[in-house]
Amino acid sequence: MVPLWMYLVVSAAVFCIGVYGVLARRNAVAILMSVELMLNAVNINLLAFWRYVAPQNMAGQAFAAFVFVVAAAEAAVGLAIVIAVYRNRRSVIVEDVNLLRG
Amino acid sequence: MDLSAFFSNPNNLAWLIPIGPLLAFATITLITNKAKMVPGTSSEYTDHNHPAYPGIDVPMVANWSRAASVIVGLVGIGAAWLISLIVIGQATGLHELGHDILASSITWMDTGAGGFSLGTMVDPLTAAMLFMVPLACTMIFIYAVGYMAKDPRQARFFSMIALFAGAMLTLVVADNLLLLFVGWEVMGLCSYLLIGFWFEKESAYKAAVKAFITTRIADVIMLLGIAYLYAATGTLSFREIVYNTEVLEGLAAMPAIILPGLSAASLIAIFLIIGTVGKSAQFPLHVWLPDAMEGPTPVSAMIHAAAMVSAGIYMLIRMYPLLQAGGDAHHGVFTPPLLFMAIVGSITAIFAATIAVAQNDVKKVLAYSTISQLGFMVAALGIGAYVAAAFHLLTHAFFKALLFMASGAVIHGMEHGEHHVHAHGHGHDDEHDEVHVHTPALTAHAESAHHEGEHGDAHDTHNAHGAHDAGHDDAHHFDPQDMMNMGGLRRTMPVTFITFLIGGLSLSGLPFITAGFFSKDEILADAWYGITHGYGPHALVFILLALAAFLTAFYTMRQLGLTFWGEARSEAAKHANLGKGLVSFTMTLPLIVLAFFAVVAGYIGVHPDLPIFGAIFSPNGNPFHHFIGPTLAEEPGSIPFDWMPVLTSIAVGLGGLACGYLLYWRKPLVAGQRDPLIGILGEQMHTTLKNKYYIDAIYAAVFVRPALWFSKNVAYEFIDKGIIDGFLHLLARVFTWLGDFIKTLNMWLIDGVGDGIPELIARFGFWLRGIQSGRVQQYMLIITFVLLVLILIFALSTGVMQAAP
Amino acid sequence: MLELNVSTLVFFIFAVLSIGGALGVVISRNLIHGALFLIVSLFGGAGLFVLLAAPFMAAVQVLVYIGAIAILIIFAVMLTRSMTNIREIFNRQWWISAVAAVILLAVLVVGVVLPIWGPNGTQSEMVLSETTATVQDLGVALVDGNQYVLPFEVASLLLTAAMVGAIVIARDNE
Repeated sequence: MVPLWMYLVVSAAVFCIGVYGVLARRNAVAILMSVELMLNAVNINLLAFWRYVAPQNMAGQAFAAFVFVVAAAEAAVGLAIVIAVYRNRRSVIVEDVNLLRG
Repeated sequence: MDLSAFFSNPNNLAWLIPIGPLLAFATITLITNKAKMVPGTSSEYTDHNHPAYPGIDVPMVANWSRAASVIVGLVGIGAAWLISLIVIGQATGLHELGHDILASSITWMDTGAGGFSLGTMVDPLTAAMLFMVPLACTMIFIYAVGYMAKDPRQARFFSMIALFAGAMLTLVVADNLLLLFVGWEVMGLCSYLLIGFWFEKESAYKAAVKAFITTRIADVIMLLGIAYLYAATGTLSFREIVYNTEVLEGLAAMPAIILPGLSAASLIAIFLIIGTVGKSAQFPLHVWLPDAMEGPTPVSAMIHAAAMVSAGIYMLIRMYPLLQAGGDAHHGVFTPPLLFMAIVGSITAIFAATIAVAQNDVKKVLAYSTISQLGFMVAALGIGAYVAAAFHLLTHAFFKALLFMASGAVIHGMEHGEHHVHAHGHGHDDEHDEVHVHTPALTAHAESAHHEGEHGDAHDTHNAHGAHDAGHDDAHHFDPQDMMNMGGLRRTMPVTFITFLIGGLSLSGLPFITAGFFSKDEILADAWYGITHGYGPHALVFILLALAAFLTAFYTMRQLGLTFWGEARSEAAKHANLGKGLVSFTMTLPLIVLAFFAVVAGYIGVHPDLPIFGAIFSPNGNPFHHFIGPTLAEEPGSIPFDWMPVLTSIAVGLGGLACGYLLYWRKPLVAGQRDPLIGILGEQMHTTLKNKYYIDAIYAAVFVRPALWFSKNVAYEFIDKGIIDGFLHLLARVFTWLGDFIKTLNMWLIDGVGDGIPELIARFGFWLRGIQSGRVQQYMLIITFVLLVLILIFALSTGVMQAAP
Repeated sequence: MLELNVSTLVFFIFAVLSIGGALGVVISRNLIHGALFLIVSLFGGAGLFVLLAAPFMAAVQVLVYIGAIAILIIFAVMLTRSMTNIREIFNRQWWISAVAAVILLAVLVVGVVLPIWGPNGTQSEMVLSETTATVQDLGVALVDGNQYVLPFEVASLLLTAAMVGAIVIARDNE
């Protein structure tokens, strides 16, 4: 079997790429896709730890399941917002949505 | 305090004497002097002492106020007179008045070493003064009722003469020099107020200032004397100084602190004498008295006869033992003060008499006459004639007051005559006795009633001739006081004539039947006594006073002749009359009373050895001498009788009267005729005398003008405007600059800081807002970094990651 | 240490898919390409789940993530179409973000993962247990009153709320 740390490195890599995407992309939909990447990386992390540390305890899988749920809900709502914003402002560039500018 | 018990003690009665007039003063000033407003050009107000004020209303005394003030004044002085008589009765009732006295005193200021007291003392001298002063003052008050009856400020006049009388009485009853000085100074103030009573006339207010300043110079020196006396003896009470031989000897032995050749007593005495030189108008401070004639006649009578000038002599008589300390005039030992008095007095007497012969103003003659007679009194004191000086003081008061008031009546009459002339036009004397047709309302009146009634109406018709009067006045101003305009007044003013004659003859010293003769004779007798013993000053006094007496008689006769005898020299004199009614009554009654005293007052001082009169009036010795004598601790001895002084008095008296008669009575002057005296003396001499030896001009050049120059150029321009104002302006500029500086500082610093800090904060806040860009990704970036830091911290602190090699 | 056998190889393939797909998502200009790359990455993730003996998770990943969410994203891209190709894909802070991401990766790997679970780490001896839980166990755990029924119910509420919310937000206002 592959050692645990390799799974962790993969998950960390995907997570950090997701972070980069969230911080650096202009398009809102692209940002949402990066967020999905981050959540996916979290899942990989969780399940890796479940398998290697306590495979009898269902906590790991259950947690991962809930992460799925949350990701789904968040994606739905997020995209709904993007569409609503697009309808109002004709733009999905998040930099343009700066009404809270101080 | 139980007042009735207090005042039933005779010692304390004397306090009440000055209270009456002083209360009257307060009452009139505060309560009864009320004015009504009249138009400034109305005839009620305007006359030659009050200018017109066209276009405005001026206040003049309300009719009820006039009556009330007069009554209050008369009540005040009457009360003083009454109480004086009671006090005199009490005093003479004492067994040995002089040795025993009525005295009462309270502490005024306690200065730790002695202190000052207020008190009254009644000794023989006081009693004699208390007989004369209230009587004369009461007569003058009554006279003023009529004399000032038309004056728009009569109430104010009465308040002031009440104060004046109160001050004089305070001075008379005072028991110490300080209280005497208080009365002295108040009288000085009143003389200023009263001489300048008609203050709208420039000559009047200038005369008032002159009087005040001249007497003030003397008063300052007198105050120095009083201060030195207090410093040397610790007391100012008469009883403790002049009645006390030890104190006097001590003062005589003490050398003076300046001018060490003199003793302390002499120095003090000389300073006090200088006070009298001012107050009693001796040479060289006599200049104020003739100018003081600017005041109303009752004032002249009061100031120059009854009160103020008498106060100076009274003070010297009072302090005589001090003046004599260390010497004895009767035995030829003269102290410097005595010599000083003898010289000053006799010079003044002759000096003033020479001026009087060349004066044409009826009151000026009397003014110089007063100066001359005061010189007599001072000279008398200088040679030690204590009783004679007191005697002359009393008789002089009577006949001089009489003469002034009579001259006032003459002037009043002349003014009425002038109005009469104006009311009926000029060149009118032919129709004088007929009923006038000009004003129908008056046709039915008889002449004397016409005058009286016209007295009130004339003013109105007088103003109807306003333009006419102006022209007349410009052409030549008629002086109702100029004797050259008078003449023949004996017919139209008989009572005035008789009383004036009596007073004048008393002044001249008509032998045996007038008071002035006896008092003057006594002075000459004292002087002669000294001559027989070979004392030099006595001789000087005798000769000069005899000459002065001759001139006195001469100018008095001149005055009488010019005024009353002969024919009227002007229209006004023809119609001069006092009228009938209350006015003339109040003016003539005092004249009669005083004339009585001018005749009989001398009989209390007759020398017992004088033939006939001595036996009648002085069987037990000279009554006045015996009465006044005990005032001194050592009674003055009586002078033995000698015929020389009596004959001299008779000679000079009759001689002077005769000369005057020859020049002015035998052939009385007619209108426009030159004074024959000019021919006798020579034009130059007469002019010099008429101009009073140019002394006023000399004083003006030497003292007055430099003082005014100094006052204007140094005190005003240099010190006041230059230094003081300059300093203040400098201060103002400094402070203004300081204020501007602080304002700028304020703006910069405080506003700068106060505004700068908020601005700084605002700018900082504005900059800080930039953090909130509204861009979510920026926020997340920051979160990421923070997260990084936290992970690092976690990793390092738990030792998971070793700090990298 | 690392045996070179089939499971290792499979692991590497799926790892590359995950990471490569992720990179592709972040870098692609065209958002449809990005969505497709996302699908690839998710697919790699599903593969890794299988290797980790969680086949149910893998199935859910494919069905839900790829089948629903990725498709949803493609719909969203379609609906916001006009903006996709025109401008810059990265914003002003891409440099710093790259630095942050790299540092984060470095810290995580070098600072956390390797020291603990790495070959020389403190817990490097991991004995891989043979017996694992099954899908039945997961099913029971999700409805068992003593286990995870509460989070399960809350999750369903969350989904309901999200559904309602999404509809409300995204619908056309008349």
